[in-house]
Amino acid sequence: MANEHTSSEYQAELNDLRERLLLMAGRVEEMIRLSVRAVVESDSKLAEDTILLDRQVNRDELEIDDLCLVLLARRQPMGTDLRFITRSMKMVTDLERIGDLAVNICERAKDLAALEQLRPYVRIPRMATKVQEMVHETFEAFIYADSQRARIAIDMDDEVDELYHQVIRTVLEVAGGNKEVYPQTVHVQGVAKLLERIGDHATNVAEQVIFMVDGTDIRHEGKLH
Amino acid sequence: MSQFEVGNLKAWYGEKQVLMDVSVTLPSQGVTAIIGPSGCGKSTFIRCLNRMHELVVGARMEGRIVLGSEDIMSPEVDPVLLRRRGGMVFQRPNPFPTMSIRQNVLSGLTLTGRLNRSTADEVLEKALGDAALWDEVKDRLDTPGGGLSGGQQQRLCIARCLAVEPDVLLMDEPCSALDPIATARIEELIAQLRERLTVVIVTHNMQQAARVSDRTAFFLMGELVELSETTVLFTQPTDQRTEDYITGRFG
Repeated sequence: MANEHTSSEYQAELNDLRERLLLMAGRVEEMIRLSVRAVVESDSKLAEDTILLDRQVNRDELEIDDLCLVLLARRQPMGTDLRFITRSMKMVTDLERIGDLAVNICERAKDLAALEQLRPYVRIPRMATKVQEMVHETFEAFIYADSQRARIAIDMDDEVDELYHQVIRTVLEVAGGNKEVYPQTVHVQGVAKLLERIGDHATNVAEQVIFMVDGTDIRHEGKLH
Repeated sequence: MSQFEVGNLKAWYGEKQVLMDVSVTLPSQGVTAIIGPSGCGKSTFIRCLNRMHELVVGARMEGRIVLGSEDIMSPEVDPVLLRRRGGMVFQRPNPFPTMSIRQNVLSGLTLTGRLNRSTADEVLEKALGDAALWDEVKDRLDTPGGGLSGGQQQRLCIARCLAVEPDVLLMDEPCSALDPIATARIEELIAQLRERLTVVIVTHNMQQAARVSDRTAFFLMGELVELSETTVLFTQPTDQRTEDYITGRFG
């Protein structure tokens, strides 16, 4: 989108959509960070506060959807604009889901805070950092229309999956048949699963960015037959 | 077969060259839309396809245009007979105002001495039927064509083209003077005709091009910039100039 639109009003609407998406992405990135901090620091209050942030993310989803609908109806977009607007409608769903998953992590954080911590969390924060990087890299790719960076983000998902498996192995090792610690292990496994799913949604967003930039749909590559 | 093979087509109005060097194949049947800003040469291009361009004083064209197997630029080709193979519909409906609806539809055959009185009614009904106008005018075939609404007049002009059984229908902004409902009727008609005719439509309305055509050509300053499947051209054009034009970023 190198050149400015002839219609300044249309250009302003597209800029508005872009800014709203970036703000929303920033908010969910922050929610991931805070939700994991609530787990690591056993901080129920932080978990509660973070859950409240999801309201704004939900509002973002509704407002962005509305804006896209108005743009489609009024501007009848073509080319990159059409790809941008239709992909925005899909991205916003993934972002909203990421917000919900961060809320779920906060709920696990509250449960864990009420239980004795078995050992310091190492891999959970590492997973969270990786997932945040994925979201961040995806939106950098979006801002700079750089599909290469979106591909880098997608590749990070393998690392997230590997970290997830490491968490599961550790959890099983720590539990070691001790039923007393099952609640903690279930919750830790739950947090890891939620982070792994956030990684999947970030992958979806990155795929949309690639389509937006290159017009290439890489979803379900090699998995349709 | 009514495929157009256009090679190195150039056209001028006096000293001013308006088509630079256009080479393109327009496959038989289906709809090709031509888009581009004012003055890009799109109307000149379509007018070259049935040699109407040369009717303008001081205008000339050179290059190669083959329709099916016929070299239509050849001096032996009678442009009047050629225009029977490729009728043209214009921006403003132009029925012969004093002629009745019947006379308008049959005028192509009458003027070329090919009207067979015994089959005239059949030709009339078929042409008006194909132009989706029969039901609206069958009870007033002998009233003046000029008394119809704008949309009906445009369909009457299409019926007039269809009566001579052309291979090609050339449309130069056929809906720009029509309201959305009349436009929708013409577009529906184009969708029906695409099966048996080669339709070439010049339009300023990109959404119309997107709706009605199989392929779209983008012209700019006398050059053919890009010809692609319509779905591709409007979602992922190859050329940056096409992208700028269809997204409204044109300077």
